[in-house]
Amino acid sequence: MPIKFPFSRRRSGPSDAWTKCPSCEQQVFNRQLERSQRVCPTCGHHFRMSVGERIDLLLDRDSFEERDAGLESVDPLGFHDDRAYVDRLEAARVKTGLVEAAVWGYGRIDGHRVAIGLFDFRFMGGSMGSVVGEKVARCLEGALVERVPAIVVSASGGARMQEGTLSLLQLAKTTAPLERLDIAGVPFISVLTDPTTGGVLASFASLGDVIVAEPRALIGFAGARVASGTVGEELPEGFQTAEFLRDHGFVDLVVSRGELRATLARLLRVLPVSRAGMTADEADRTRGPIGVISGLAERLGGAVSEGIGIDDREATNGDRPVPPARVRTDR
Amino acid sequence: MMTLDETLGSVAERVAMAPPTDAEAAAAWSRVQLARHPQRPRTLDLVTRMFSEFTELAGDRLFRDDPALVGGPALLDGRPVMVIGHQKGNDTDSNIARNFGSAHPEGFRKAQRLMRLADKLGMPIVTFLDTAGAYPGPAAEERGQAEAIASSIKLMTGLRVPIVVCIIGEGGSGGALAIGVGDVVIALENAVYSVISPEGCAAILWRSPDEAKVAAAAMRMTAADQVTLGIVDEIVDEPGEGAHTDHDATARALKRAVVAALARAAREEPGELLVTRYARIRSIGAYRETAVDAARHRTEQNLRDRIGRILHLPGIGRRRWSDVWRGAGDDDGEAEGGA
Repeated sequence: MPIKFPFSRRRSGPSDAWTKCPSCEQQVFNRQLERSQRVCPTCGHHFRMSVGERIDLLLDRDSFEERDAGLESVDPLGFHDDRAYVDRLEAARVKTGLVEAAVWGYGRIDGHRVAIGLFDFRFMGGSMGSVVGEKVARCLEGALVERVPAIVVSASGGARMQEGTLSLLQLAKTTAPLERLDIAGVPFISVLTDPTTGGVLASFASLGDVIVAEPRALIGFAGARVASGTVGEELPEGFQTAEFLRDHGFVDLVVSRGELRATLARLLRVLPVSRAGMTADEADRTRGPIGVISGLAERLGGAVSEGIGIDDREATNGDRPVPPARVRTDR
Repeated sequence: MMTLDETLGSVAERVAMAPPTDAEAAAAWSRVQLARHPQRPRTLDLVTRMFSEFTELAGDRLFRDDPALVGGPALLDGRPVMVIGHQKGNDTDSNIARNFGSAHPEGFRKAQRLMRLADKLGMPIVTFLDTAGAYPGPAAEERGQAEAIASSIKLMTGLRVPIVVCIIGEGGSGGALAIGVGDVVIALENAVYSVISPEGCAAILWRSPDEAKVAAAAMRMTAADQVTLGIVDEIVDEPGEGAHTDHDATARALKRAVVAALARAAREEPGELLVTRYARIRSIGAYRETAVDAARHRTEQNLRDRIGRILHLPGIGRRRWSDVWRGAGDDDGEAEGGA
């Protein structure tokens, strides 16, 4: 354990003491910003939050139990632009103190147990590669296993280009469990924060049973520059903001940060997990997908299964509860 | 840090985490050029050759008909199937009419409508991927492009009928995947599949669209690379210099592969099919999983917090997760963002 002087707090250097609000251009004292939940006291601009700040904001004290913290990215393509992908990953780890751009676990909001996933935009723009996709999928499956509501707080530029189509297919990986939540009667609340774009918005984040967004958050499919650049059209006023999406029917509630925790608590009170859904016993009796995955791995052969992480997962986490597979008979 | 053997075997052997060479860039780019070849057979060119009695259906029943995405029932060797595909044009006029194969949300919602019909009637689905990507314009955003793609993907994960996906040209990002989730994925030899266009990738990571050739190589977007990554199951050889030289031969070869794939998929029970499809989707990705150091966070509480907790001092003793993950810097990662 590192030796720490008991009553000192880690302090930022003097140059970090102030932050300029990008909205009203006022200088905000950083400690004041921390106290005000990173909302500008002058104009109400919502600054981005780290995963840790988000957990402190939303979850009951000491209730968060992180899961699958040992998932780490590899470099499946040997990707190298002006820097190697592995170097970018390492730099992001040092910068943020995180292992990857997303974290998931169980926690409580006003006493309601939830499975919650959270993105950190500081880690490579919150981009979704294999690990982020896997964490979101396990979060949703974790909700299914415990039959508790799922919440994902997104902040992402989209799919991680450095992992090529493997990252594209995370759109399917993070979306497939939602079909099972529907069958099982487990609610999913999607929280969109600044910014949520690209592949994350084009998958699970757009499919919340309820979708909540923070004020003025940038939310869109294509980056605004892509849209105006490739299309050459004039962009409408307030294009790709939380309010724009709400007015066009794609977001339920735009909620300021001060109200976010209370709003989620209220949603958890009024959106129960279905009693008619599957019981845990039924789930246990049903054959889970992991057996099938290992069967698939055998068929695919060694080279690929190493790459797709099946072997590792079975080795270290073989007893992880798996969500049930259920044949739909009701349609 | 990681070692080479932790990266994906055969791909990593070719590249020791260095930027693509000029030769690699040229090779990847020639595939991209072939995939975009103006005379390359498009969805309807192949559908009319592979199926009989194709009956194109129109409209999403919500807003309009999107000509950039076509579909309808047809017979494959006498058996009804649902055909859905992106549709590029063959010349300037038809390309403008087809919006260069880039669908609006209503295109994907038409696809969903046809998939539900196939599910209702128990017809297998065959999809044809050939798009640079979903249309990124303001109208598409206004009508929920992201939601349309997301809900298409979700629908496909739960359909009880077999789905065979054919990548025939450009498999461009979310717009391709929106009709690209299936039980068997077949690619024509010169087809490409990528998370973002090479031009887009180059503009973001190399800050210059001129580096598109290098980006194409770096993203491993050729059909052969996709087999290595476990995303494409089989490659169908193209005739001669490429599919553009012989549409008939291309259609014949692709048809053989589709018929065989459907025969395999038909042997599975519907429930089993869904379990296998879920497992397939769930298993894609490359990561390492190490034993979790779950105790790490707990030991990081300092003496001040522990005393505060024991004495119930207000505001002290709460484990602050913002302190647990405290990095060295706070600048944004915008330049490294995603697609």
